[in-house]
Amino acid sequence: MAKKELVKIKVNGREREATVEPRMLLVHFIREALGLTGTHVGCDTSNCGACTVVLNGKTVKSCTIFAVQADGAEILTVEGLMSNGQLHPLQEGFKEQHGLQCGFCTPGMLMSSYALLQMNPNPSEEEVRWGISGNLCRCTGYQNIVRAVQFAAKKMLDNKAAAQGGRE
Amino acid sequence: MFKTTAEVGGMGHSIKRKEDLRFIQGKGNYVDDVNLPGMVYGQLVRSPYAHARLKRINTEHAKALAGVLAVITGEDLAKAGLAWMPTLSGDKQMVLATGKVLFQSQEVAFVVAEDRYTAADAAELVEVEYEELPVLVDPKKSLDPNAPILRDDREQKDNHIFHWEVGDRKGTEKAIQEAPVKAKVDAFFQRCHPAPLETCGCVADMNQATGRLTVYMTSQAPHAHRTLFALVGGIPENNIRVVSPDIGGGFGNKVPIYPGYVCAVVASLTLGVPVKWIETRSENLMSTGFARDYHMTAEISAEKSGKMTALRVKTLADHGAFNAAAQPTKFPAGLFSICTGSYDLPKAFCEVDGVYTNKAPGGIAYRCSFRVTEAAYLIERVVDVLANELKMDPVELRRKNFIPSTAFPYKSPLGWTYDSGDYDAAMKKALDKVGYRELRKEQEEKRKKGELMGIGVSSFTEIVGAGPSHLFDIAGIKMFDSCELRIHPTGKAICRMGTKSQGQGHETTYAQIVAQELGIPAADVTVEEGDTDTAPYGLGTYASRSTPVSGAATAVAARKIRDKAKKIAAHLLEASEEDLEWEPGKFFVKGAPGKAKTIQEIAFAAYTNHPQGLEAGLEAVDYYDPPNLTFPFGTYICIVDIDKGTGEIKVRRFVAVDDCGNIINPMIVEGQIHGGLTEGLGIAFMQQIDYDENGNVQGGTFMDYLLPTAVETPNWETDKTTTPSPHHPLGAKGIGESPNVGSPAAFVNAVVDALSHLGVRHIDMPITPWKVWNILKEKGVTG
Repeated sequence: MAKKELVKIKVNGREREATVEPRMLLVHFIREALGLTGTHVGCDTSNCGACTVVLNGKTVKSCTIFAVQADGAEILTVEGLMSNGQLHPLQEGFKEQHGLQCGFCTPGMLMSSYALLQMNPNPSEEEVRWGISGNLCRCTGYQNIVRAVQFAAKKMLDNKAAAQGGRE
Repeated sequence: MFKTTAEVGGMGHSIKRKEDLRFIQGKGNYVDDVNLPGMVYGQLVRSPYAHARLKRINTEHAKALAGVLAVITGEDLAKAGLAWMPTLSGDKQMVLATGKVLFQSQEVAFVVAEDRYTAADAAELVEVEYEELPVLVDPKKSLDPNAPILRDDREQKDNHIFHWEVGDRKGTEKAIQEAPVKAKVDAFFQRCHPAPLETCGCVADMNQATGRLTVYMTSQAPHAHRTLFALVGGIPENNIRVVSPDIGGGFGNKVPIYPGYVCAVVASLTLGVPVKWIETRSENLMSTGFARDYHMTAEISAEKSGKMTALRVKTLADHGAFNAAAQPTKFPAGLFSICTGSYDLPKAFCEVDGVYTNKAPGGIAYRCSFRVTEAAYLIERVVDVLANELKMDPVELRRKNFIPSTAFPYKSPLGWTYDSGDYDAAMKKALDKVGYRELRKEQEEKRKKGELMGIGVSSFTEIVGAGPSHLFDIAGIKMFDSCELRIHPTGKAICRMGTKSQGQGHETTYAQIVAQELGIPAADVTVEEGDTDTAPYGLGTYASRSTPVSGAATAVAARKIRDKAKKIAAHLLEASEEDLEWEPGKFFVKGAPGKAKTIQEIAFAAYTNHPQGLEAGLEAVDYYDPPNLTFPFGTYICIVDIDKGTGEIKVRRFVAVDDCGNIINPMIVEGQIHGGLTEGLGIAFMQQIDYDENGNVQGGTFMDYLLPTAVETPNWETDKTTTPSPHHPLGAKGIGESPNVGSPAAFVNAVVDALSHLGVRHIDMPITPWKVWNILKEKGVTG
């Protein structure tokens, strides 16, 4: 066993640290060292996207990088999406539009969609489909996930417009 | 049926799902999320060979690694009489190999270590010496008299598992011989895998102080699994608790008991600590319940008018190394005899032979009510081939032969009594929605220009809701199902079920049934499943049986409560029971609607002011034994465009008209249809677990076993007709599987239709661009 390393990561706004083997995958660090089990593992080959988290503003499949590589980074997981006790518009969208069934892909889908809307606040259907194409869902057939993301996009744009209107 | 308000949320309301709140916050509780104090990890050592003698296993190096707690081999299990276990199809299966291995990735040893990384390291250190044996991957060769005998543990010295037949062999043969028009198709329904996004796994926790075993496992049938653990493991059943927490999709993959579960239990029994075992994706795809692998031949005959006269089906079923299908005992080929489909066929005969090969064991029902997918695909395929023979439009041929809506209940020539149907209504709706005539015209125009466009139709009939106890059992346990409903003093309720949701939305839909029957808002009804300590006994969720069986149990339990509530209401209103009338949520005195007691008031009285002579409390249990199966149906129409240069297929449109009887939650039904169609798309075009001649799995990862992403998946256009089931208390039928059962034929028929003018009559799934490109090349079509 290799010497353990101290890894410090800001997760969902909070500084977290643990001493782990250099070979420990980030997803196991998140799930097991930090106890945040919302992030899932669905494959061994980086295909399914269930482990997607946002690392320094970009989505990563957390099964594909080591925890030590994320030392010093900022990470957002599904557990960090809510703010002030309010669901994120994406979370609301998934519920309103029936964008989930078994729920296993949902955290990864939410994080990929989150990053998509950061880059592209008003995506077309095709852009949403490409945006979540690294995430597999076996239950929904994606159609309602697309609707959920568009629901969230609209709500976020409306909120932004209302906030700007309020300032004027 | 009474109409409830949106606030109450009974049948027909698209209320949002109760379970979603925890899932969207990452607060689901799946098996791998279960972490117990002192928990250790198990890892299976698997065979790299498909058929080999086990010469020697050396566990010394593995045991010597720091952090390793145990290494268990087949020989160790044999000492406890646990090296083999029964399957759910009357066969037996090795837990850990003794003597020899029979498929690639077969379980050979189980390593237990303090963490999952050490367990994986230790598995690498287990040295196994193999002597390779000849490999059988082609089921047709399995029956060759000179074929190596794979299962030398059996008395029967060949590779044949079972022969099963049903129908009129001679009459069918004669009808086919005498018919002026015949068609035949050899269709291979490829081996595929359900691949739920969560793999299988468990945490086994033997408390040595109390002698109590708790197993958290990915189980679609926790009660049956508890009983099997008790029968096979010899642990008293009251000392076993099986918990199915949140399940990340099942689709039939989580019905069987797998060696990993048993090893984890044995390890926990031995070590006295909780043992977690979670499959990797490759392990899941390579070793657990696959589906299909049916080599089918269908012959159909007709008059020149197109009136069908007979159907004959012959099938070779490849079960792999062990017959580990989960089938009702009397039906070794499941409900495959639904293969006469939606058509009024006077004569039919169907036979199936099961054989062993050096492949992973199975044939489970993948989003399918026991081989119905194979049957629906076959009949819908051969009807198209017949239409070609007759030079008749496939829609016209179907409509000419549909079982008329006036003929229900309809007795099929292979012995089923279809409960209800109106096939032509669904067909008509689909044709209108898709614009069938215009599409045929467009196709004609395109053909003139050399463009490839196809229209595929599938008018399937399903058979779900197993099932009546005189016919259906799994491992001897009858296929009833149950609901225990309790109304609390304040009028809120909990219902516990024998089924187990894997994403179907049970926490919402069962609550809606209670809302429908009692007028208690669905929001006030908690639904609990999956804990065998608290839920009533049931056979679980698969074969679209939750609504037909447990849904019925819920309605009946609620009606029992309503009967008692009426007595209490009469007492409270000082009226006689005969003078009371019900509307959702209250009893009132006939002619005096003001004199009423709400269900909430009645519930409170049941605990605070119940009539003398009547038991206190308000609860009921129902074990529902369905009188018949239910028969959902529909028509699907698929439009494809094919790129001549690359063979690439684009699904331009897909119209699905489903009839699942009365609907509990339209939103959830639509979601089920979207999901099932997407799995059908994957099966038609992508998903295959293939083997090379040495028995090496060719689809053992998500890089090789392709699943549809959002990009390949089209927008599904759904619609419905409503033909209630006459025997189900709610008139409901079940929907989860219809889209997966009915759609493969629609996709394939569309592609074949696009190429039919070139003389193409059939293409086996998965229809990849490579296959199409080769056909085009062979036919001299160039981009």
